Amino acid sequence: MRSTTLFSTARVLIVTGKGGTGKTTVSGVLANLAAREGLRAMVFQIGAPGARYEPGTVQLARLFGSDEVLGYEASVLVANAAGGSVHARAVTPDTALVEYLHLHGMRRLSRRLVNSGALDVVATAVPGMPDMLVLGKLKQMERAAAAGQPEAPDVILLDAPAAGHAVRFLQSPRGLLEAAGGGPVRAQAEEVVQMLSDPQRCRVVLVTTPEETPVSETVETAQLLERRAGVSILAVVVNGRLPVLSLPSEPEAAGLDALARAAGVRLGRQQLEGLVAAARLRLERQEVQAAQVARLGRELALPQLELPFCFDADLRPQQLATLTDALSTAVAAGLEVAP
Amino acid sequence: MRAPVSDHFSDPVSGPVGGPGAAASPNLTSVIVCMGPGGVGKTTTAAALALRAARAGRRACVVTIDPARRLADALGVNGVGNEPHFVPAPAGAWPGELWAVMLDAQSTFDNLVGRYATAPAQAEAILANPVYRNISAALSGTQEYMAIEKLYELQESGAYDLIVVDTPPAQHALDFLEAPAHLARLLDNRVFRLLMTPTRAGLRALEIGAQLMLRTISKIAGGQVVADTVQFFTQFEGMEEGFRERAARAERLLRSELTSFALVCSPRRDSMEEALYLVSQLAASGVRPGTVVVNRCYPLYPALAPEAVTALAATPLAPLLANLEELRMVAATENDQLGRVVAALPDATLYRVAFLARDVYDLDGLAEVADHLAD
Repeated sequence: MRSTTLFSTARVLIVTGKGGTGKTTVSGVLANLAAREGLRAMVFQIGAPGARYEPGTVQLARLFGSDEVLGYEASVLVANAAGGSVHARAVTPDTALVEYLHLHGMRRLSRRLVNSGALDVVATAVPGMPDMLVLGKLKQMERAAAAGQPEAPDVILLDAPAAGHAVRFLQSPRGLLEAAGGGPVRAQAEEVVQMLSDPQRCRVVLVTTPEETPVSETVETAQLLERRAGVSILAVVVNGRLPVLSLPSEPEAAGLDALARAAGVRLGRQQLEGLVAAARLRLERQEVQAAQVARLGRELALPQLELPFCFDADLRPQQLATLTDALSTAVAAGLEVAP
Repeated sequence: MRAPVSDHFSDPVSGPVGGPGAAASPNLTSVIVCMGPGGVGKTTTAAALALRAARAGRRACVVTIDPARRLADALGVNGVGNEPHFVPAPAGAWPGELWAVMLDAQSTFDNLVGRYATAPAQAEAILANPVYRNISAALSGTQEYMAIEKLYELQESGAYDLIVVDTPPAQHALDFLEAPAHLARLLDNRVFRLLMTPTRAGLRALEIGAQLMLRTISKIAGGQVVADTVQFFTQFEGMEEGFRERAARAERLLRSELTSFALVCSPRRDSMEEALYLVSQLAASGVRPGTVVVNRCYPLYPALAPEAVTALAATPLAPLLANLEELRMVAATENDQLGRVVAALPDATLYRVAFLARDVYDLDGLAEVADHLAD
């Protein structure tokens, strides 16, 4: 039952981490775990204005075995017998703005604004405006869910920009409040800041790999996020951990040869050297990873959730299932969430 | 002796001395632009390419953007500001020169304003305007544009034979390529042009469409924003031409034969997907990377015969066999991914950089990467 704590602390989970650490995959795995628990999960991918194709959306869909290209309309990636489901959609600053204007009785303005390029002007004049619009969309959905609207998601996941940008991204509504300005944008920013700084409503999940540079950046990002953006961090997902094999600590060809001969097998020199080199590489990597995981634990007092390295680099539903099992186990074993 | 220049058809780092007439020209600094998705080692690769050129006796400068702190320390650029920093060669490690600069987009932009202001007072007024601060800090593409501006400035100086520029991680390659045009386009934006008219004709004379637009903006973002924006464009008046011209020259450099592009990627599927998307975007705008660097490749170890695997399954060698099989699986899937980038860029020079035992954060590590980038 403990794994429900992952989703019962806050409805909105913002997933970020250094580029290449697997944010999109982790967003998908989190959503899939939520669906297994009978929850409705919605994953947001951020798109650039006007972009027709985002590699992230393709990745996410493929993870669930779909060839669909995610768009502005939500796609259903999974729906199970337990009533759980995973939905995904792309959100861009311009679609978010248009939607916002529609909702606030400015339907006629919205089209002109986008067509004329005035959005560029607003975005230029108002710092963090595009980011705020995306977060505003998230907040609107979160409010709908909190109000108990049917069809509203139980879990809202944002596959957010990479770590360096994430700080700026999540800071933008605050920056906006500081800048002079008024009108609906300011009101919107205030509401977004409220959501971001309320750990009952919104938390960040950091993704890293167990390697030196990503761990260093994760520690830095965690501090900046809490200090500057005022968000709470739920956990760090340590992605790509090599399963630990018990290998001889100093493998060498002669010893392996003797063992093989004892079993009646003659291995060639290249094969023996390959076995030795492969074992050394694995040992080295295991050692580096263990050291970095330990360092992460020392430098960041946050629950760590480990996901295994997938040797098959093609992430599809089979790998998704494996990763979801692993996350479920990790949550059961180690997630203690501060209220 | 250093190779002064290289022509379009040669490898700009180690390639032969330039084409006919090249040596006669005083400044034919060649340029390599490193592009690729996030987290693939772009900065490291850019620095290693510069190091490789320094080894070949050339004067090389790397422009880094947001490097990891330890790498920045190794290059001596941490907190040094916006000017190239000389990286001393440890005990004759390279005969050429290695320089590094960490891009500071804000001060690069401020310098540009200073350069094109008609009077110091104009520059001061602009630097103090909140809208300018926003444009220079938050406008999408500004960092890219400033990287190119820095590149152009260094290239113009003639102090280097090669400049390697790192780029912000981009899913959208065009952000970078089109960055010089971005600001120019913004200045050409109809709304901005209209915003600039008030000083001349007064707000009342604005056409109805423009008034509506201003009202829309002020409705959404507040009146202060409109006031600041109008003021900014008023202050900016007279400078657009200079900005536009310089942007055009920078863009010509990017498009010239002096500039080549290196695609940096990793052999993991998701990352390769992004890299190939970048390639398709680049192709659409007429750019083909001449170099592909694939970082962190697992080696492909020789397989054992199936009978041997069966016979050894119950021996103490079993974990070693399991490991071999797992690592071979990684290498095999990586090879498939490599095949995709080779198919997409059949003429490019491909470098596979092996998975290194530790992260690259010092000159020794960079040297190791540079070894992999040798022919």
